[in-house]
Amino acid sequence: MEKFVRLIDTAIPLSISNVDTDQIIPARFLKATDKKGFGENLFRDWRFEKDGSVNQKFVLNHPEYKGTILIAGDNFGCGSSREHAAWALVGYGFKVVISSFFADIFKGNALNNGLLPVQVSEKYLNFLLKEVEENPHTAIEICLEEQEIRVQGSHCSEKFEIDPYKKVCLLNGYDDIDFLLSKKDKIKKYEASL
Amino acid sequence: MGKTLFDKVWDAHVVDTIENGPDVLYIDKHLIHEVTSPQAFNELKERGIPIARPDKIVATADHNTPTVNQHLPVKDELSRNQLKQLERNCKENNITLYGLGHKYNGIVHVMAPELGITQPGMTMVCGDSHTSTHGAFGAIAFGIGTSQVAQVFASQCLLMQKPKSLRVNVNGKLKKGVLPKDVILYIISKLGTNSGTGYFCEYAGNVFEEMSMEGRMTVCNMSIEMGARGGMIAPDQTTFEYVKGRKFSPTGEKLQEKIAYWKTLATDEDAVFDQEYSFDAEDIEPMVTYGTNPGMGIKITEKIPESNDKSFEKSLAYMNFSKGESLIGKPINYVFIGSCTNSRIEDFKVAANFVKGKQKASNVNAWLVPGSQQVAKQIKEEGLQEIFESAGFELRQPGCSACLAMNDDKIPEGEYCVSTSNRNFEGRQGQGARTILASPLVAAATAIEGQIIDVTKYVS
Repeated sequence: MEKFVRLIDTAIPLSISNVDTDQIIPARFLKATDKKGFGENLFRDWRFEKDGSVNQKFVLNHPEYKGTILIAGDNFGCGSSREHAAWALVGYGFKVVISSFFADIFKGNALNNGLLPVQVSEKYLNFLLKEVEENPHTAIEICLEEQEIRVQGSHCSEKFEIDPYKKVCLLNGYDDIDFLLSKKDKIKKYEASL
Repeated sequence: MGKTLFDKVWDAHVVDTIENGPDVLYIDKHLIHEVTSPQAFNELKERGIPIARPDKIVATADHNTPTVNQHLPVKDELSRNQLKQLERNCKENNITLYGLGHKYNGIVHVMAPELGITQPGMTMVCGDSHTSTHGAFGAIAFGIGTSQVAQVFASQCLLMQKPKSLRVNVNGKLKKGVLPKDVILYIISKLGTNSGTGYFCEYAGNVFEEMSMEGRMTVCNMSIEMGARGGMIAPDQTTFEYVKGRKFSPTGEKLQEKIAYWKTLATDEDAVFDQEYSFDAEDIEPMVTYGTNPGMGIKITEKIPESNDKSFEKSLAYMNFSKGESLIGKPINYVFIGSCTNSRIEDFKVAANFVKGKQKASNVNAWLVPGSQQVAKQIKEEGLQEIFESAGFELRQPGCSACLAMNDDKIPEGEYCVSTSNRNFEGRQGQGARTILASPLVAAATAIEGQIIDVTKYVS
């Protein structure tokens, strides 16, 4: 897994709440047997019209918005457990998703793929959305070590929470399989006690 | 302080605890299917890691399977490849697979309970968010992502932060025509789609105690729709009776030992929950959803609420509904009875009971998709097939089908579907399709009338 330490970039504002994983990647694209190519179909039915033409109204298609940070409304990633949603976001190029609330399974899937879910207060989310909507060049800085997010050139920052174990994993690019395999003896002992 | 049902099962499975971090949780049963497992198999193969306990894994094909002509090769190439890969992966790793056409094949959350794979006190996972279904037996069961499928493959364990505890109590007498589906849709409509996030939920009260195992599964199934990773109901005599005599259930003395243990699992009287809600059974009526998440539900006799929230308005625009409108009388062209929420024999009995001697409306396509081969067999043996077929319903073969529309069972753009499934997200049942979630009774009544009707009048 890729390391995540610090990121400074512009962001794309998606001010919709309850974005479910069926919107992030519709089920008809889940037929692949590897992790590649899902980025092409990220938000497929919002990005494209049914005839395949580009939906100019959707924010990912606005030329003024670029960047590897997605700012989304409350309860992002609810619904299906499909990790394909995280693969699609990473495949498209996102490194961070900011929301005021994440669904459990999505949050875990994101962390397992080096995609950092940054949970901020509702107030700070609205501030970020407003800043970026008004000025698409707004740069946002995310520092994992300090667990802090700030708008560059301003004093407006906020601390965010992350599981300390997951923080170490992301900072070092470790994954859970390595860790679990290091617990082999304890697992064997547990199995013997059954 | 006393322990909750969840605490008791969780604590019995903790292999190790990381300071300030997650627990290493042992997994008793790992269920897999074709869509969320291939990347996990690939990962282990690439890293040269063997599957730790193939004997604790059971596989089925369900998400991406056709519901007609299952004896023929699967037409869609990508789907065929995905199914073949599952077969190959199971064979190479010595994993039991109940593939397409097998007499035990079915939706993972229907076939595992009916085979006795699901048992009280277990920890169970599957790469599918509706794994919460198995909590109906007093098991800790929850959905996981594919990276976690790989973790369980590698170690038979999972790194998990212990979730907070939540209890939802429903007491009193349910009105006639109110089914378990209505109970859970009502709860979600009251609490919202993220009220359970970070929690594991226990359902308690006489309403759940009096429910059949099928009904309890319907309730626990939709726990994830309020954000909870899982939902549980304390195992009792109803649970033991259901488990007894199934293919993989313990027998004889072993069963008696197990039952004695299962009886100790119920939440202690002095246990305290982080969050608790209570509802009166009398307040619940048959439910329908009007929006694009399962929390957007109303009693069938109610009107769509008013709100100026942007996401709410986007949702109504997608559904082509207006604020303050009633759904009664809305013409409906598609009805789907199926999915891991409502495709068990009891669901088809409810529907058949309503349908018997009637004809479906000519505008309606009514699809019935049993949850498993065993349910399909029961439908036939118990004479339900005849009732449905003479009413003009189309009985298909088992699978997830139009619940997520990965196969050809899609609702056309712009059409409404009254569906017994679990999600009414945009495009869930097909691009541009509009889903109205409801119980099998409301679905059956809609098929007969060709429109949404007030079933409360009918049943009383």
